[in-house]
Amino acid sequence: MNTTTRHEQQALTRAILEIDVHNHPGVMSHIVGLFARRAYNVEGILCLPVGDGSVSRIWLLVNEDRRLAQMIKQVDKLEDVTAIRRHEADHAVFQDLESFFRP
Amino acid sequence: MTETLSGAQITIRLLERQGIRTVAGIPGGAILPIYDALGQSTVIHHVLARHEQGAGFMAQGMARTTGRPAVCLASSGPGATNLLTAIADARLDSIPLVAITGQVPQAMIGTDAFQEVDTYGLSIPITKHNFLVTSAEELLEVIPRAFRIAASGRPGPVLVDIPKDVQMQALEIADWPEPGIAETAPTADPALIAEAAALINAAQRPILYLGGGVVHSGASALAVELAEKAGLPTVMTLMALGAMPVNHPLSLGMLGMHGARYTNLALDECDLLIAVGARFDDRATGKVAAFCPQAKIIHIDIDPAELDKIKTAHVGIGADVGEALGQLLPAVFENSRKIWVDRNHALKAEFPLAMPDADNPRSHFGLIRTVAACLDDQATVTTDVGQHQMWVAQAYPLRRPRQWLTSGGLGTMGFGVPAAIGAALAEPQRTVVCFSGDGSILMNIQELVTAAEENANIKIILMNNATLGLVHQQQTLFYGERLFASQFKGMPDFVKVAEGFGIAALDLDRQADPAAALAEALARPGPCLIHAGIDAEQKVYPMVPPGAANRDMIGA
Repeated sequence: MNTTTRHEQQALTRAILEIDVHNHPGVMSHIVGLFARRAYNVEGILCLPVGDGSVSRIWLLVNEDRRLAQMIKQVDKLEDVTAIRRHEADHAVFQDLESFFRP
Repeated sequence: MTETLSGAQITIRLLERQGIRTVAGIPGGAILPIYDALGQSTVIHHVLARHEQGAGFMAQGMARTTGRPAVCLASSGPGATNLLTAIADARLDSIPLVAITGQVPQAMIGTDAFQEVDTYGLSIPITKHNFLVTSAEELLEVIPRAFRIAASGRPGPVLVDIPKDVQMQALEIADWPEPGIAETAPTADPALIAEAAALINAAQRPILYLGGGVVHSGASALAVELAEKAGLPTVMTLMALGAMPVNHPLSLGMLGMHGARYTNLALDECDLLIAVGARFDDRATGKVAAFCPQAKIIHIDIDPAELDKIKTAHVGIGADVGEALGQLLPAVFENSRKIWVDRNHALKAEFPLAMPDADNPRSHFGLIRTVAACLDDQATVTTDVGQHQMWVAQAYPLRRPRQWLTSGGLGTMGFGVPAAIGAALAEPQRTVVCFSGDGSILMNIQELVTAAEENANIKIILMNNATLGLVHQQQTLFYGERLFASQFKGMPDFVKVAEGFGIAALDLDRQADPAAALAEALARPGPCLIHAGIDAEQKVYPMVPPGAANRDMIGA
């Protein structure tokens, strides 16, 4: 399989979630717990504080799945989540990090 | 005026300001500062449970009868883990609960200290939200917020874990925060209401499907009004029983696994399903693909995550169901829908709910009907979980919202007795009847002494068939009659047990006139256990076999 095809494959089967959250202990646990208990793997996680540090932004890379719409609603219900946005797999956020994840 | 108070005193003061007057719990090392402060409160009555799960279900009994958040307390470690089942139960049935647990001092968290457990981590998946409080000051924000979260939107349990050093930390307080109250619920989009009304007005064979959300929203009267105006035969989930009086001409009773045949057959024929505060639970729908196969779906729920979760709605409305029904009512046409209503009456006549021996108080149905005949609609009914629960759901003439307290989603054996105590404490003017089984009652039997201590006006109807009845039934029907671990060999003398715990008891089997003895026992104030042997071979019928479509019911 050549590189182009692999990227095309990923574009079809992956999704990226951008989640704005309050920045305090336990928030990540609430979010990833929703995925873990449904045996829904999270492929990639990025999180950093935003602005003065009272809020953070979490980026999740997940496989496209028929449960994804429900997952987004469940994440959105969490008390510490202020917003969730869905992006396609071609979003740049994880691409620039590939050099840190070579075998 | 400022005053200096400890975190524990602040916690109790905030509970008082929330209007909390009764709490249930058990003290232990890590929550002793809060208990010390609670002991000084002149307005909060503490009910000393004998197991934390009992305390959790007592709080549930209070919350389910009043609709307001209720409070339970436990210490760290085993105190907290013992609470978990009652919290998970509240989550699945959307019951507003605030659980307060003591935690080891912050400096010892993570050291495997004595009675340390990760209460925060354990409670994440079973609470609506949870807090680990890190300072006394934080309590001023967290406690009102816990009540606000518990009561807002779709209600649910909130846990507040308070380390012992936070309870002892002193803080100067000048201003108190406002008590936490439910946020205004989202209102329904008028365009969607118009679409829903158009679907209802155009439908030939619509059915109204009420869930627990109708009770939570206080929308029962509106739901009945809608049914009457638009000529909508109405089914209820286990959680919604009482929302429409069961003897209402449009009532089709409970749907699903143990609903009547006519109920499930009517659903099979409907062309429009109007789901209100219901979540298409698998016990209600049976095989989902075959549930209401011809129907378009209107789904109204306060929780947007419920829309399209199990069944895709043609019109999905995320709103408080009471508010949505209020908008919907003037938009639907008056319609007696005679052909469809007559068809439902014909189904009812052709496929009735068989209630054999209903006049004999020594039979399971007869016992339930005799109890009901002794009481009026002001009585509250709780159940445990099992065959008795389904028989009561089928046979008890429930006619009032919040009359019926049962563990629906989690199906927790042991729910009935402590929930009844909580209900009796919250509404002492009512008689509270708890139907239980010989399996269930032993799971929280210790709370009989709490009932005695509180002189709670509860009447426990113990239906004893010496088996785990639903397990026995499933093994008989679906596991080649290989009965295993479902028949009790040892059987306590429940009358002596009850008397030993300090409550009155009566063995109906030894009474020459059981109906008269029952009436007398139910009329006498205070706690009482009424023991009645029933036939272990009786099944809960009809029944949808697990995985089957609701139309394919078995049994009478």
